Amino acid sequence: MGRGTVTLDAATRATTAPAIQVEGLTTGYRRGEPVLRDISFQVERGALVGVLGPNGSGKSTLFRSLLGLLPPWQGRVLIDGRPARPNPDVAYIPQRETIDWDFPVTVLDVTLMGRYPRLGLFRRPGKADRELVLWALEQVGMVDFRDRLIAELSGGQRQRVFLARALAQEPDLFLLDEPVSGVDAPTQHFVFELLERLCRQGKTALVATHDLSCVAQRFDRVLLLNREVIAYGPPQEVFTEALLNRTFQSHLLLLRYGDRVIVVEGEEGDGRSC
Amino acid sequence: MGGAVDLLLEPLRYGFLLRALVAAILVGATCALVGSYVVLKGLAFIGDALAHVAFTGIVVAFLAGFSFYVGALAAAIAAGLGIGWVTRRVGLSTDTAIGIVFSGVFALGVVLMAIGIRTYTVDLFSYVFGDILAVRARDLWLIAAAGALVLTVMLALYKELLFAHFDPVVAEAAGLPVGALQLLLLLLLSITVVVSVQAVGVVLVLAMLVTPAATAALVARRMPSMMVLAVLFGAVAALVGFYLSYYLSVPSGGAIVLVATVLFLAVATIVRGRGAWRRLMAARS
Repeated sequence: MGRGTVTLDAATRATTAPAIQVEGLTTGYRRGEPVLRDISFQVERGALVGVLGPNGSGKSTLFRSLLGLLPPWQGRVLIDGRPARPNPDVAYIPQRETIDWDFPVTVLDVTLMGRYPRLGLFRRPGKADRELVLWALEQVGMVDFRDRLIAELSGGQRQRVFLARALAQEPDLFLLDEPVSGVDAPTQHFVFELLERLCRQGKTALVATHDLSCVAQRFDRVLLLNREVIAYGPPQEVFTEALLNRTFQSHLLLLRYGDRVIVVEGEEGDGRSC
Repeated sequence: MGGAVDLLLEPLRYGFLLRALVAAILVGATCALVGSYVVLKGLAFIGDALAHVAFTGIVVAFLAGFSFYVGALAAAIAAGLGIGWVTRRVGLSTDTAIGIVFSGVFALGVVLMAIGIRTYTVDLFSYVFGDILAVRARDLWLIAAAGALVLTVMLALYKELLFAHFDPVVAEAAGLPVGALQLLLLLLLSITVVVSVQAVGVVLVLAMLVTPAATAALVARRMPSMMVLAVLFGAVAALVGFYLSYYLSVPSGGAIVLVATVLFLAVATIVRGRGAWRRLMAARS
């Protein structure tokens, strides 16, 4: 219903409104205990943005706000120039899985779920939806696994399927919360390659991750977050010892080597290649 | 050959027995259909709680002098929505709260029954253990209507219910009304429990919700096939249990549930090598 008008709107707004615009956002779960304080940043269309911060820094809370699942106490969150609300134009891959793995659903079934919100009530997925789903599975290299049960997959394979589902949703914005934590190195590499490609095609992606070296190499912008915005900008400007220390405090060890800063994570360090 | 057919047809000459058989099959199938989600989402305890609350609703209805369905349904729906609200507000670990509150409500029903309605004790006893032969024509219509309602809703909202229960966080982010869909499932569960109580009793409704669907989960690889198989197992258990109950003169609820259990054990033995059984048992809690 009215998808044509929505698309037209998006096209006209594209020239004016940024993909994400957060202004003075303060929010949280319990009254009087804000998790995020006075957050402001802006993401242009087509940008690949890394969100860095220690555990408990409010990364997941920020994502929930961007999805419109957590209303702002103060300030505002605009997606494509409109107040954030849950909708299929934003794809979300959460960090902690709230999934029941013993559901009898195959890789194809799960990927097809990406189409469900687009279809509306009572409509069943058609041929075009199935083709799109197969294309999405091809993108993540899981098309040969389409009849496997989700329970039979490894962690990396599951993550690829969730990426495929996000692709099948045809969103403008991807929100990925730690998409590569606990995932094998090839998948990790693959996820970032895919994100780079998507952003070149005009999609926008916000990715929470622990992998600083990956962010330094591949991301356009970095948001250093610890309950508030510590810094926001290109990696080469933001990755300074002072700013990283302020972000991670005791969670992280910084080493200087020549003109380079080497980062060693204290806690869940996984200094794998990207 | 002819003798076997006569054995099957003989009870059906009586209108009330035919009615009982149809009611049993409908109850078995409806419970099994909703039961697919009960098994996958670990709602067995909630289903049990609903049945106990429904019992107290029945007792109160007897005391107040209105239809027991009204009392049971009001109580079960209030309980179902209450559980849904508590689960969303407080978080997941609500088993203790549910246990305390609903055992308390059930105890209230037992005490009320003893104090207020000594003359009807026999009738009420049949709601505890189930008496399929007591199903009247009006009850059968209610059971059929409830079954049709559950089936229609679960078919019409198949993809929404599946997404919302398989991956609630992502479904909600993509714009699905996950909270409403979860409440809807609890509502369907409440309705199913209430119309099943008369056929299989408060104590055994849980078995009809869980056992056929769990049997289906052992063999099905897709959600639609799990639902179809669950309905099939539930209906077969009801059919076979009905005849056992008739010829052996044992309570219908007990006979039906026993058949369902034997069916589960048989299927579990056959597929044991595939590890499905271990997965089912390990996956819960």
